[in-house]
Amino acid sequence: MLGYAGKILEVDLSTEKIRTVSFGDDVLGEFIGGRGLAAKILWDRLGERWETVDPLGEENLLLFLAGPLTGFFPGGRICVSGKSPQSNGMVGSTVAGEFPIELRCAGYDGLIVSGKAEKPVYLLIADSEIQIRSAVHVWGKDGKQTVRILTKEGRDFLKSLRRGEPREPAMLYVGPAGENLVRTAAVMAKWSHAAGYGGYGAVMGAKNLKAVLAKGSGPLPEAHDIKKIQRLINEVCRSCYEKEDFRRWGTSSAGYNVGAKRSAEPVKNWQEEWHDEKGFKVEEFEKRLWVKKFWGDFGCPTTCLKIAVVKTGRFKGAVGDNPDYELQAYVGTNLGVFKPEENVYLASLVDDLGLCGIQTGNVMGFAGELYQRGILTSEDLDGLKLEWGDAEAFGKLAEKIAYRQGIGDVLAEGTFRAAVKLSELKDEDVSRFAVHVKAVAVGAHGIRSGKDYPMEMSYACSVQAGDHTSVAYLPITHSTSELTVVFHDSAVYCWFNMFGQPKDLKWRFYEAVTGEKLTPEQWYETKALRIIQLQRAMLLLGGPDFTWNPKIHDDNPLRFYEPLPTGPYKGKAVDRKRFEELRKRYYEAVGWDENGIPKSSVLRKLGLYDVVSPMEKLRSKT
Amino acid sequence: MGKRQFWIAREYEKCSGCRKCEIACSLFHEKRVWPEASRIRIFMLVPGVEFPHLCVQCQDYPCVEACPVNAMSVGETGAVIVDKDACIGCGACIDACPGKIPHLHPAENYAVVCDLCGGDPQCVKVCQEGGWKALVKVEREENVDYRKYAKSPEELTRELAFAFYGEKSEELLPC
Ligand code: SF4
Ligand code: SF4
Ligand code: SF4
Repeated sequence: MLGYAGKILEVDLSTEKIRTVSFGDDVLGEFIGGRGLAAKILWDRLGERWETVDPLGEENLLLFLAGPLTGFFPGGRICVSGKSPQSNGMVGSTVAGEFPIELRCAGYDGLIVSGKAEKPVYLLIADSEIQIRSAVHVWGKDGKQTVRILTKEGRDFLKSLRRGEPREPAMLYVGPAGENLVRTAAVMAKWSHAAGYGGYGAVMGAKNLKAVLAKGSGPLPEAHDIKKIQRLINEVCRSCYEKEDFRRWGTSSAGYNVGAKRSAEPVKNWQEEWHDEKGFKVEEFEKRLWVKKFWGDFGCPTTCLKIAVVKTGRFKGAVGDNPDYELQAYVGTNLGVFKPEENVYLASLVDDLGLCGIQTGNVMGFAGELYQRGILTSEDLDGLKLEWGDAEAFGKLAEKIAYRQGIGDVLAEGTFRAAVKLSELKDEDVSRFAVHVKAVAVGAHGIRSGKDYPMEMSYACSVQAGDHTSVAYLPITHSTSELTVVFHDSAVYCWFNMFGQPKDLKWRFYEAVTGEKLTPEQWYETKALRIIQLQRAMLLLGGPDFTWNPKIHDDNPLRFYEPLPTGPYKGKAVDRKRFEELRKRYYEAVGWDENGIPKSSVLRKLGLYDVVSPMEKLRSKT
Repeated sequence: MGKRQFWIAREYEKCSGCRKCEIACSLFHEKRVWPEASRIRIFMLVPGVEFPHLCVQCQDYPCVEACPVNAMSVGETGAVIVDKDACIGCGACIDACPGKIPHLHPAENYAVVCDLCGGDPQCVKVCQEGGWKALVKVEREENVDYRKYAKSPEELTRELAFAFYGEKSEELLPC
């Protein structure tokens, strides 16, 4: 099909065998690429024995898949996937950067990594030249040093290929956290770009894969109508250029606003969702920290990223992307940290360690609350006094997590598993302080005040669990709905650039690239729904360490039923009745039975015959 | 002189790394989105330290001088024009360029250099439209040493990394 390089590279690290695989138009037309194609590949290859596949074992697959729109649609991204060491299901986790562009220009729409290398390695992809190289010398190195060393090695290799000054290959990598199989580890790009949800940094580490570098010398794949694509690019860009506030502030204005105005920001492990810390306003970040005010990835008109450098004080020298809203919240307000410099320090530290800021900020907040309640003592924490707002203490804790030292070894399992373990150790149920859905910490958008975008069942019913970028929503054709997001994440582009665009623009873009018509009916009634069922099936099958029962686990964190203690929406909580009603309606909308299991009739209609019997089995158990 | 001569000034610190210039340049010259065939290339040897690398039209054109087969000439806009049929891809122009700016076309064996799009630079257009203004079209003046602006990617990286990250830049440089 047009718009595709037509090949996916597959590297088995156990045997060092390298091959390419291709999919026919029938598969590509239905599953598109990225997250959709990942669901198809994972189900086909691992579905039959899903419950027994250890996400951190050799048999898991690690997928890096672009889509047909990657590189054409302004703002390039790639979708990282596999069996998730967090949810035990499949999460499609996207990350921005030049990597997918290089990969496609090298002739591949994606990369599948299987097996496990004997010793640490990295992959170097330069068109048809694929090398598995030793990474022993970079194992243990933090993000910035990994990027520095491998950029040099990659360029040196490219210099040997042809005359002139080569540019750097693009890179995805893991920090120490991924190497140490920390379940909150991310797959990183540049310094601070992260595919965080899912915990695929740990999967990379489990495969002894430190990094993947790619440089492609070719053009993006041939497309159906390049003139039309050019016009569509202009249409997208013109509308993005008008959003001056979003361009200027990115999501970073939310660090103050979501807390102060919407009362939906995690504060001290979600004990509160409101604050009025004016010193945390984005203007303060801009004034004191930003050295680059517009930064973006391939083709991006918005360039909402900023680079922040701490210039004075204790944390002088900390450098990274300015924390986006999620990190302002999770390694800021959620830890009681309200100073821009301290927030940037913590964000750059978790990035350097290769930790997902959301998952790690959540588990650190959880530890903070246990400390506040006297359940965890400074003795348990190797002497750390985990007072709210003590950025240095939380920084030390982040290091312990990344290196699995002391209490860090427990917390490295992520909030849900740490809560199970600590409940045992402390002989007290601490799970009520654990704010996650199916072992995925929820994004920093609370649902108690009702003033932010997620609905009461958004996290509970998402096939990506706590992922705030992919939430269950009604109607399912809404732009916020998971079924819409599946298109963005399967065609794979940054959907910030889709905000405010006409709804049909994505279909027009898809047609200009592939030459194939795609109607909303086809998408919502068949294709998206099919991908959702596959993800749901894998999530419910779960295993090997934990399995979810939708009757129990399609629920909110208990905290969300506690009334907000402060702020303009004081007293508001999720109403259980309303939640249950919405959950029921959602189940119906996506074809799940009253217990949340995909209906056989729906599965058959979608042609998912091999999903029917595993779901029937689950049905008979629940 | 047919067309009035202009120059593309660059304010490196404003570059967002969006690469819209590469997309525009390659669409114009190759009718494809083809970053490696773009006559303007964005380097990012250190994250955040992106900058556009393109010909500065040195007043003495060392690349043109160095070409052993006379495949390079100076066009009426002042741009270096490569006769791709005559070019043997030897790379002498790259060695002669103080900024190591020309590069070899990724699919065919000839050097590519910015040709100023025949007078209507596409890269400047998209960079201006987007408001970054890292590339600016200015009038070319007499008696200016343009050659001094031709710097290698390593040199530019070092300078810019220092401007952004100060002393810390030393530990971040891959070169
Ligand atoms: S268009 Fe301008 S801002 Fe964007 S990469 Fe090119 S020079 Fe930089
Ligand atoms: S900058 Fe390099 S390519 Fe351009 S005129 Fe000077 S020597 Fe030639
Ligand atoms: S002026 Fe034209 S040829 Fe030169 S770099 Fe810009 S777009 Fe490319």
